Amino acid sequence: MSAVVENHDHHDDHHGPKKGLMRWLKTTNHKDIGTLYLWFAFAAFLLGGAFAMGIRAELFEPGLQLMDPIRYNQLVTMHGLIMIFGGVMPAFVGLANWLIPLQIGAPDMAMPRMNNLSFWLLPVAFGILLSTAFMEGGLPGFGWTFYAPLSTNYPNVAYFVFAIHIMGASSIMGSINVIVTIMNMRAPGMTLMKMPLFVWSWLITAYLLIAVMPVLAGAVTMLLMDAYFGTSFFDAAGGGDPVLFQHVFWFFGHPEVYIMILPAFGITSHIISTFSRKPLFGHSSMVYAMVSIAVLSFVVWAHHMFTVGMPLVAELFFMWATMLIAIPTGVKVFNWCATIFKGSITYETPMLFAIAFVVLFTIGGFSGLMLAITPADFQYHDTYFVVAHFHYVLVPGSVFSIMAAVYYWLPKWTGNMYDEKMGRLHFWLSFIGVNITFFPQHFVGLAGMPRRYADYALQFAEWNAVSSVGAFLFGLSQLLFLYIVVKTVFAGKKATPQVWDGADGLEWTVDSPAPYHTFDVPPKVK
Amino acid sequence: MKNKLWALILYPLSFFMSADWLDVNMPVGVTDISREVFGLHMAIFFVVVAIGVVVFGVLFWSMWKYRRSNNKKPATFTENHTVEILWTIIPTLILIAMAVPASITLKKIYDHEAEEGGIDIQVVGWQWKWQYKYLDEQVGNKPLSFFSNLTTPPDQYEFNRVEKNENYLLEVDEPVVIPVDTPVRFLITSNDVIHSWYMSDFAVKQDAIPGFINVAKTKVNVPGIYRGNCTELCGERHAYMPIVVKAVTQDEYQEWLQSKRDLAEQIAYLTEKEWTSDELLATGEEIYETRCAACHQTNGAGIAGFYPALAGSDVVMNDKAKQIEILMEGIRGSQMQSFAEQLNEVEMASVITFTRLAWGNERSGDGEIVIPKDIVEYKETNL
Amino acid sequence: MNTETTSHQKYYVPESSSIPIVFAIAMLFFGVGAADAVMGKGTTLLFIGIATVIGTLAYWWSVVIRESHAGLDTPQLNTSYVYGMAWFIFSEVMFFAAFFGALFYIRTFSISWLGGEGDKGLAGELLWPDFEATWPPMITPEESLMGDQAVTKGPDESMYLQGIGSLGTWLPLYNTVVLLSSSGTVHFAHMALKDNNRKRFNLWLGVTVLLAFIFVILQALEYYEAYAHLGLTISSGVYGTTFFMLTGFHGMHVLIGGIFLATQLTRSAGYNHFTDKEHFGFEAASWYWHFVDVVWVCLFLFVYIL
Ligand code: HEA
Ligand code: HEA
Ligand code: HEC
Ligand code: CUA
Ligand SMILES: [Cu+2]
Repeated sequence: MSAVVENHDHHDDHHGPKKGLMRWLKTTNHKDIGTLYLWFAFAAFLLGGAFAMGIRAELFEPGLQLMDPIRYNQLVTMHGLIMIFGGVMPAFVGLANWLIPLQIGAPDMAMPRMNNLSFWLLPVAFGILLSTAFMEGGLPGFGWTFYAPLSTNYPNVAYFVFAIHIMGASSIMGSINVIVTIMNMRAPGMTLMKMPLFVWSWLITAYLLIAVMPVLAGAVTMLLMDAYFGTSFFDAAGGGDPVLFQHVFWFFGHPEVYIMILPAFGITSHIISTFSRKPLFGHSSMVYAMVSIAVLSFVVWAHHMFTVGMPLVAELFFMWATMLIAIPTGVKVFNWCATIFKGSITYETPMLFAIAFVVLFTIGGFSGLMLAITPADFQYHDTYFVVAHFHYVLVPGSVFSIMAAVYYWLPKWTGNMYDEKMGRLHFWLSFIGVNITFFPQHFVGLAGMPRRYADYALQFAEWNAVSSVGAFLFGLSQLLFLYIVVKTVFAGKKATPQVWDGADGLEWTVDSPAPYHTFDVPPKVK
Repeated sequence: MKNKLWALILYPLSFFMSADWLDVNMPVGVTDISREVFGLHMAIFFVVVAIGVVVFGVLFWSMWKYRRSNNKKPATFTENHTVEILWTIIPTLILIAMAVPASITLKKIYDHEAEEGGIDIQVVGWQWKWQYKYLDEQVGNKPLSFFSNLTTPPDQYEFNRVEKNENYLLEVDEPVVIPVDTPVRFLITSNDVIHSWYMSDFAVKQDAIPGFINVAKTKVNVPGIYRGNCTELCGERHAYMPIVVKAVTQDEYQEWLQSKRDLAEQIAYLTEKEWTSDELLATGEEIYETRCAACHQTNGAGIAGFYPALAGSDVVMNDKAKQIEILMEGIRGSQMQSFAEQLNEVEMASVITFTRLAWGNERSGDGEIVIPKDIVEYKETNL
Repeated sequence: MNTETTSHQKYYVPESSSIPIVFAIAMLFFGVGAADAVMGKGTTLLFIGIATVIGTLAYWWSVVIRESHAGLDTPQLNTSYVYGMAWFIFSEVMFFAAFFGALFYIRTFSISWLGGEGDKGLAGELLWPDFEATWPPMITPEESLMGDQAVTKGPDESMYLQGIGSLGTWLPLYNTVVLLSSSGTVHFAHMALKDNNRKRFNLWLGVTVLLAFIFVILQALEYYEAYAHLGLTISSGVYGTTFFMLTGFHGMHVLIGGIFLATQLTRSAGYNHFTDKEHFGFEAASWYWHFVDVVWVCLFLFVYIL
């Protein structure tokens, strides 16, 4: 017991981090953990991206050139899983760790040790998932949506199932931490309505996560039971229904896609206001919009299942409910435009990414709205039109917002300014690359090219070649991003505490780099 | 009236719609519903483009107008109730305007009732081929039924060894034949995993769910050959189970039905014949290549962890009865499906014979062959 | 013991700690071990995993308790634990919601469609002509088609009440009584603690723990009965599936909740932990217990009666 007390005393005199590997393994510091999450996400992004390069290389021309279809399906599946569960989600959690305590004036996250656990479960889960690569039967190849009964008869699903369980546990603990931190640890005077939008967006996201990750756990559990213990959830022979799997999965899956976009909304709001040098237009309507999106996200799941043969009333209900989401999302887009209107705008790299986010995400939203129209979805479903839709909302959506956030807060994290010229170069290469990659996918999709195809008919050849070239361009430009970030960590012009002259918020009141411990004494917020 | 309205919207954009652009758009299709869906698609497309033009227009204009060098002093407003109400209500109205026609079309698509003179075809998805059963046409005492397999040879898709056909990956040995101007109901289901029956020209896409039936009704007005795909991930050869529909006139349809009946009689006759192992081997190899090699591979080695090798398999070499049973019944809970319906007696006997003699199995095993009568016998004792 | 705190006391941020990383490694063993076990590759890793997971967790909580006794936690930190527990229970609610959702879907949609009723009744007419939509289905669709050759066969008997006469031997009723009264006893324990009556507290808590274990034993008995005499197994079609999955997960939660409560009892009786104001360890356990109880009520309604 006395050891504990001693620790406590030490804690008072603000010493810095431990040295070496142990610092990272044992850390309870939100900034360290944020850094770990962000690097993990970056690594996953590169790995998932490398898989995507494999996909695009195979699809460069018709025929099977580089791999057999089993390998192709494994690439697609792992690409989806790694990008979503290893790339975008951990990146947002990393940002949450770094920023939420700084933005609400808290000394750390509410439960620092659990925070560390949440992170370290991720490499564990991905380790288990990827270990199947070395087993007979190999990686999962049933798509990131792992529909039964394709997945129930697949080799090695058990590893997949437990990997998902552990990822889910990590997400749930992480989200509990976020919610508790926000609800319990705001500095005096930081009322809910004064809370920065990034914090708000994460409060809602965390709520969504806690609500749906257990449902995903339920889905994989049922799958495991069907695969190995003779239950018949998804087997008509015993009275079950394969479509039940899809209902359970998408009850998780749809809120999941908003989990991947709400923090992006928060980030974008900060950046646009900073570089317009103008307070955000409609702070509270932004909050209401996000809450509405979150609430609606629970009642639209079956728009992924329009072709499974649901009764007419269900199809109509899910179509209408889905369309409704355009309204709050529209409010957000209009608010951003109104923030820019009459501002005094400069275009540093974060702002470029944020504006590209607004434009390209909206294009992705538009195709989403088209997908929501059920009769038309009978044509679009499971074609590249869907692939184009979700890459528009995910890549120049979520991923661009993450890049914007990295450029925006990197000086705060490292104390160094990144190289603005290189940043802009990275932006323009990415912007051009991403559009060349994904815009043509609308065309082949409408013309009827199904997704998850290792090989395709000749009529789709030209646009696929274009798309592949764009993908290589986009992929290579991400190496530039890696270079810029690494360079900034080690060198660069020293950053001031304020960093951006238009920036507003508690995180800009502390030094750059932010000291290892901040806000041990809560600041007063007027 | 409605059509004229369409023309008005479409006219200014018609120059975009040259032949090349049609290649990258949804096909208009050959049924009333498909045309309606196409109209709906174009309508929403133009609506979102219009919204995009307005929103991005305002955005880009403000970005340019209020750049730092042009506007040193930013405004400070944070609210404006009028515009906020407007940009909530206007999108709502636009959405309602989209939802109404969409719902009406959807309701039409959902009219599944069987009609006088219509035909019912049960479609069954298999890994990786489609089976079609004409429920109203009897051949012998069973409905007319056949399988539709990909015919593109591996040499075309593996490593592009030879030039590809025009209908690369979109060609099958036996297309479904349907009469034009007749309501056809496809009753779609599956034998193993979920597949999806997608025929863009009919605006039909329905999942094939094992154990359940989904209905897709269509009425084709234009004779022709239409090509589609399986659109639900169903395992590695998901990209290799195309759909080909041949829409013909009533007379041609009747002729085709008759030819199917004649064929059935011929096959019954062939089973009676005495077969030699060479004859069986010749047909067997061909059948193995099209029906089995997808999983067990051309060299019979299978794929470790997925498909067992047949070369050197104990069952194949030494247990004739067991192998017949496997082929006839499939292996439950695995991808090894029943071929009883897919192959007639002659084909069945020859493919089994082939596996028993090929890849050195003849030397290491008992080397016995299976003749069509064995299969007939199996059917008789087990039914 | 310092429990009096002032509002300007600092939020306790623990020094770096090796507990989480050890726990993560334990989870690695646990995850790989569970998958190995399921796939029939041996259970050694699984047991190592379980042992290390339990060991680390127990150590972790003991550290938290010691910190609390060292006076490190402020009211603010306690509030964190309260919120944390509440949201954890919410996540559990959603986990059960998935399984209840599955049950409702199967009962209202898949069984009727397979039996030839409703929007997609064609399935029944064409594919399962002899299957009848009833709940619980005593004959699976496959059985209706293939008779004895079917692999997935229905149960001989269900767990529903077989006539009023057998009420006296109907286990679920006993289980309900046991569990409902345990919710009451845990509440009495809480009141006793608030009155600072340690003896009464220990007594009521002891009764609760006892009831918890009676429930588990009864449930085990019920499962034995099902497997041995009713032909009802987890693979008896969807009825067996939903029955065992729902009651099984609930039973697991009862077991965990029971251990959770027993731990609090040991803390109180053996170490004199808790005061009339500071006893969140116990409160968390009792919340969990009430939650488990509510789940049972739903189970009783939808799995045994309706
Ligand atoms: C970040 C992730 C993200 C986001 C934000 C969205 C947003 C939306 N998505 Fe998307 N979606 C995915 C990720 C995402 N989606 C993924 C990953 C899949 C595929 C999963 C798989 O199968 O693998 C998918 C698939 C998918 C489908 C299923 C398609 C199919 O498989 O057939 C549908 C159908 O309705 C859909 C709809 C929508 C809609 C209506 C929105 C809306 O939220 C969009 C709202 C935004 C706008 C509309 C633009 C801005 C608004 C205005 C400027 C206001 C004015 C506008 C109007 C009045 C029109 N999505
Ligand atoms: C956040 C999620 C996310 C992100 C960021 C991406 C990013 C990309 N995606 Fe992905 N994608 C999904 C989520 C995502 N995707 C999902 C969920 C699916 C569905 C899966 C399923 O069907 O189950 C999918 C499916 C999918 C398909 C469809 C496959 C099919 O249906 O058959 C394609 C095809 O083009 C594709 C391409 C790409 C490309 C080119 C990128 C690029 O943006 C990636 C760019 C990044 C890099 C390239 C990494 C950095 C660079 C290096 C590592 C250096 C090496 C580079 C070179 C050699 C050039 N994706
Ligand atoms: C869709 C994939 C697929 C196709 C097509 C297929 N098989 Fe199989 N086959 C399998 C699988 C998987 C198994 C292993 C099943 C098991 O043991 O669980 C198998 C097992 C077998 C076995 C038993 C092997 C042994 O050693 O036990 C034989 C014999 C066989 N197949 C023959 C054939 C023949 C002949 C054909 C073609 C007419 C064919 N298969 C087509 C997937 C397929
Ligand atoms: Cu069959 Cu995809
Ligand atoms: Cu969705």
